[in-house]
Amino acid sequence: MSSTDTSPAPALAKDTAPSDSASVEAGLDALETVRTERTPVGRALRQKVLPPVLGILLVLGVWQLAVTLELTTTDKLPSPGEVWHALTKLWYAGTLFSIIWTSLWRGLSGFLAAVAIGTPIGLLVARVKPVRAALGPVLSGLQSLPSVAWVPAAVIWLGINNSAMYAVILLGAVPSIANGLISGIDQVPPLYLRAGRTLGATGLAGARHVLLPAALPGYLSGLKQGWAFSWRSLMAAELIAASPDLGVGLGRYLENQREFSDMSGVLLGIALILIVGVAIDLLVFSPIERRVLRSRGLLVTTR
Amino acid sequence: MTPTLTTSHDAGGVEVPAGQVAVRLSHVHKTFGRPGTAAPVLDDISLDVAPGEFVTLLGASGCGKSTLLNLVAGLDRPTAGTIEVPGGRPALMFQDHALFPWLTAGRNIELALRLAGVPREERRPEAERLLELVRLGGSYKKRVHELSGGMRQRVALARSLAQGGNVLLMDEPFAALDAITRDVLHDEITRIWAERQLTVLFVTHNVREAVRLAQRVVLLSSRPGRIAREWRIDLPQPRRIESAGVADLSIEITEELRGEIRRHVQH
Repeated sequence: MSSTDTSPAPALAKDTAPSDSASVEAGLDALETVRTERTPVGRALRQKVLPPVLGILLVLGVWQLAVTLELTTTDKLPSPGEVWHALTKLWYAGTLFSIIWTSLWRGLSGFLAAVAIGTPIGLLVARVKPVRAALGPVLSGLQSLPSVAWVPAAVIWLGINNSAMYAVILLGAVPSIANGLISGIDQVPPLYLRAGRTLGATGLAGARHVLLPAALPGYLSGLKQGWAFSWRSLMAAELIAASPDLGVGLGRYLENQREFSDMSGVLLGIALILIVGVAIDLLVFSPIERRVLRSRGLLVTTR
Repeated sequence: MTPTLTTSHDAGGVEVPAGQVAVRLSHVHKTFGRPGTAAPVLDDISLDVAPGEFVTLLGASGCGKSTLLNLVAGLDRPTAGTIEVPGGRPALMFQDHALFPWLTAGRNIELALRLAGVPREERRPEAERLLELVRLGGSYKKRVHELSGGMRQRVALARSLAQGGNVLLMDEPFAALDAITRDVLHDEITRIWAERQLTVLFVTHNVREAVRLAQRVVLLSSRPGRIAREWRIDLPQPRRIESAGVADLSIEITEELRGEIRRHVQH
């Protein structure tokens, strides 16, 4: 136990270190320890969930208002209720989930293939200088090319089938996943690499124990973007390429409704595409990303 | 490549019987860029550090003290001259703790143990022991960002010790800490140095810190870095940084250091 020195201090120890430095140290530790608390569920709901819900309600309100004021004809702007009706129609027809699943399965499996291809490419480009000089600009260029531009080429090469769909997804998502990993690796503080080397982590051990874990946040944001690109590319491909072999996914459903001039169906298609894309992001990527960032102290809630 | 004398980092130098020196630098030169075109950073540094000795390297900016530590750590090679560390790869501590934020405090230490070849089942207990040594028992599961600056440096010290060597290189490890924490860490490093019989080569630009800690203070001149003067310090440990003995010697060394800096005034 440390005693607060109100009694005369032992004067003889003037030139030597105070013997209670251990307890001073313990006191400092207690004073300076940063406590990171997780926000309680109630507050999290109020801060994170309530505002977007209000935003959506606002959009629906303005939409309904525009319909009520008859700003345009209902075949151009159906009411939210009619779009809801289109949804229940799909539900009772029993095709809602098969439409969503057709696209979602394609999107997810294409995305996973893109991860499997994009990751080694990203590693190579980031770590091997000649490869970087050759492929780096190509990858960044490809990332800015809208992948819908690949649809005609993919159709000619592969025919109107699933392979063409996957090709378009890969061409859209692989560059962004690779680029995410490259920038993740580029942003690794050199200090970590130096520290790793003094610990003896060189070569493969260095990549495994230092480089890759350090690059993880950048890689994750690359994956997130890769998913967004996969989904967009797939929808573009489904909209353009029509064939009975492909089945009806969300993109095809959307295009079918346009052909029937069914505006409620078109809006429903758009909404479903949006909801699926956002849901995967919110349910899969955001929790992983938050977990990684929080464990590294990069997501400390400041009050 | 440059024409050099032999440069070696191998353990167990030929002419040095083990046990006599822990670190030996002989005529070490370091130039960045091509020799002859760029001014040398280090010029003819020869320094022996005995096993168990605590040496501080003191100098103003540009004296190449950090470069010198990097050379001893094996992160870089001298342009000429030899560096011998018979005990094997030394541990290096930085001003920034350089702990890995994706690992807990304990796991950081375990990684060092693992890379040093310690078998899996011994790592956890050894990591706990090292945390106890730096008085952080119970912090095994703490994340790096949950620790204060002083605690991080102590975990970094424990991680350095986990490498198993007896030579510890410290590159201004306490420069970013507040004065109170620094004082306490001075006590800690003195205690652990004595307990573990470490050989410490400690770089700083803080004269009082150098005198507080070292048995020998080596003053480096700047541009090029040369050894200007050495002081042996016989004050008993642990010392207080405020004590008269430390203050007197600090004044003397500071005068010398200022003299070295003044030489660089452009006329």
